[in-house]
Amino acid sequence: MTILHFTNARLIDPMAQTDATGSLLVRDGVIAGIDAEAPQGATVIDCNGRALAPGIIDWGVKIGEPGERHKESFRSAGLAAAAGGVTTIVARPDTLPPIDTPESLEFVTRRAADAAVNIRHMASLTKAREGREMVEIGFLTDAGAVAFTDGVRQVADTRLLSRCMTYARGLGALIVGHPQDAGLSRGAAATGGKFASIYGIPAVSPMAEVIGLDRDLSLVAMTGCRWHADQITTARALPALQRARDAGLDVTAGISIHHLTLNEYDVGDYRTFFRFTPPLRSEDDRLAMVQAVADGLIDVIASFHTPQDEESKRLPFEAAAPGAVGLQTLLPAAMRLYHQGGLSLPQLWRAMSLNPAKRLGLPGGRLAPGAPADLVLFDPDAPFVLDRFTLLSKSKNTPFDGARMEGRVLGTWVAGRRVFGGAA
Amino acid sequence: MSFRARHLLGIDHLSPPEIVTLLDLAEDYVALNRRTVKHADTLAGMTQINMFFENSTRTQASFELAGKRLGADVMNMSVAHSSVKKGETLIDTALTLNAMQPDLLVVRHPNSGAVNLLAEKVNCAVINAGDGRHEHPTQALLDALTIRRAKGRLHRLTIAICGDIANSRVARSNLLLLGKMENRLRLIGPATLMPAGAGEMGVELFEDMREGLRGADVVMMLRLQKERMDGGFIPSEREYFHRFGLDAEKLACAAPDAIVMHPGPMNRGVEIDGTIADDINRSVIQDQVEMGVAVRMAALDLLARNLRAERGRAAAGVMV
Repeated sequence: MTILHFTNARLIDPMAQTDATGSLLVRDGVIAGIDAEAPQGATVIDCNGRALAPGIIDWGVKIGEPGERHKESFRSAGLAAAAGGVTTIVARPDTLPPIDTPESLEFVTRRAADAAVNIRHMASLTKAREGREMVEIGFLTDAGAVAFTDGVRQVADTRLLSRCMTYARGLGALIVGHPQDAGLSRGAAATGGKFASIYGIPAVSPMAEVIGLDRDLSLVAMTGCRWHADQITTARALPALQRARDAGLDVTAGISIHHLTLNEYDVGDYRTFFRFTPPLRSEDDRLAMVQAVADGLIDVIASFHTPQDEESKRLPFEAAAPGAVGLQTLLPAAMRLYHQGGLSLPQLWRAMSLNPAKRLGLPGGRLAPGAPADLVLFDPDAPFVLDRFTLLSKSKNTPFDGARMEGRVLGTWVAGRRVFGGAA
Repeated sequence: MSFRARHLLGIDHLSPPEIVTLLDLAEDYVALNRRTVKHADTLAGMTQINMFFENSTRTQASFELAGKRLGADVMNMSVAHSSVKKGETLIDTALTLNAMQPDLLVVRHPNSGAVNLLAEKVNCAVINAGDGRHEHPTQALLDALTIRRAKGRLHRLTIAICGDIANSRVARSNLLLLGKMENRLRLIGPATLMPAGAGEMGVELFEDMREGLRGADVVMMLRLQKERMDGGFIPSEREYFHRFGLDAEKLACAAPDAIVMHPGPMNRGVEIDGTIADDINRSVIQDQVEMGVAVRMAALDLLARNLRAERGRAAAGVMV
């Protein structure tokens, strides 16, 4: 029986929305009590007043297995996650080939044992992500798929999507949509506006998101399925989301940390590490999204970790592959929102840990007795300059290379076992 | 000397004095080009490579002639047909050429920003001969020289740019240059061919061509970029010509001494009526071609001077 006693900690509780000094007792990998007496023989970890929070649950991580193991393996992703305070990875199914059968799900589940953190898997919504036939949602749910998504490929055929939703509803399965109108988005690498026009980058109007969201929400209203928008990134999409919420639809929404901390002008002189899908937005949109997270209209913040090798990025901007790695930079980037954005640590942890756990039916995200001891100990104020080659991911494509950041992870525990950090 | 740029990637990074320096030098080359013996040995011994990832006849010929008249060894490469098909990346192609020790690299590429990317990887001077929908700086400079010679000045003019603005790098470079020189700019075209955010660029927008041309000193027509249109920007060429093609009747709305410009190649009967294009009293289209060679000579000359100075400093061990 192992007992850990975290003393003198700044406890970040996203459920109670509190941020207070106290101690935490862990017994056999499970949280046993807050401010409880430590029994004899407990290993004491003095947190020196640093923040102790539930481990981050990063929803929407791309791992290169199968197919692109040179970009990221379960092992390297696990190391990066542990170093970034991420205790649960929710992996994307947009691999080569995609995770669209119980057999391929079983393969990645087995491979995930290489990682030191918890890994849960999403399955694709349609076979081969082609948008033509639905996958075996029942079998895949039984095999452990936590949600169904075709990633950044919007299912264009509304009849097929409505059938997927209707079928999923019967099983209580969660569908993750990518509400960006495919026609308008085709070929786009930036958000339409003055910046993209001057730099001559193919661009998409932010309205593509409104159109995509309106369509998907109408289908949710029609079918009654559980639905989550992977990323809502524009202010104009928020009223539709609010209306759906008010109408009682079972709808949640996420956003990437990059859309909360960067804007379209950060692309600057065609820097391909700043190419994302959907593209970075205007500063007005960014500010509106930070407010939407504070208000709880946007439920989830994630890294959308997307490893790309050097060759995929050493290309002209519009030809370069989109996406950035984020497992290790999610926490320090989120600290920008804490230090400058007006979000509290409990608010951030509600979006990065509690809400994904609730929505996906995972046990983490809480600092309460009975919850797994998935924990991150960090110093929100520790400054550093990021060197991308120090990242543990196999791929080093981060927009924060050379950036001044604050927030250092001191230790990460998964079910009470330390997976990152030396002696505290 | 007030021309400091190491590369000529766009008008964006040039200051008004740099633009004026370049145009003044180009005037000298206009005079040289009108002589029977058109040779200056400014670039003698230097190597210029024209690397065109997109087909071009006019611009490539203009750069080739400019380099040759300055005495450089000029090589043309149409990369659109060679190693790109074998899967070589842009950067590898650039590094391969760089290893051959060129001094001046003239590059055209179908992707915006590709020339900037390439300029980071080579240690010679790079001239952007057009990148995607981004910039085409020598075109804007030759247009400026043409306007300055025809109008006697390059400021406080009312200049109307008409047609396919959204897909045009010529329009972007011209907007930047003519804006920097403090002119009044108007954009005329159907809304589908206007770039997003044009309203924030300090220009006036018109969908009615007659209204947009009213009192204009310079009428700059753009080519309808059929190759950049992935469908459905205009319903038909005849409707386009009816609404936005420059004919005598629409031109009558402009100032009586307005000049007509076109970067070529022209689609006669689509964006411009043939008789207007050929009217030597109004059209300066042939002058633009002539100024093109002179402006490119000036650009090559100035970049070569800066390159020599930089190498001289490096050889002398001066930290820069």
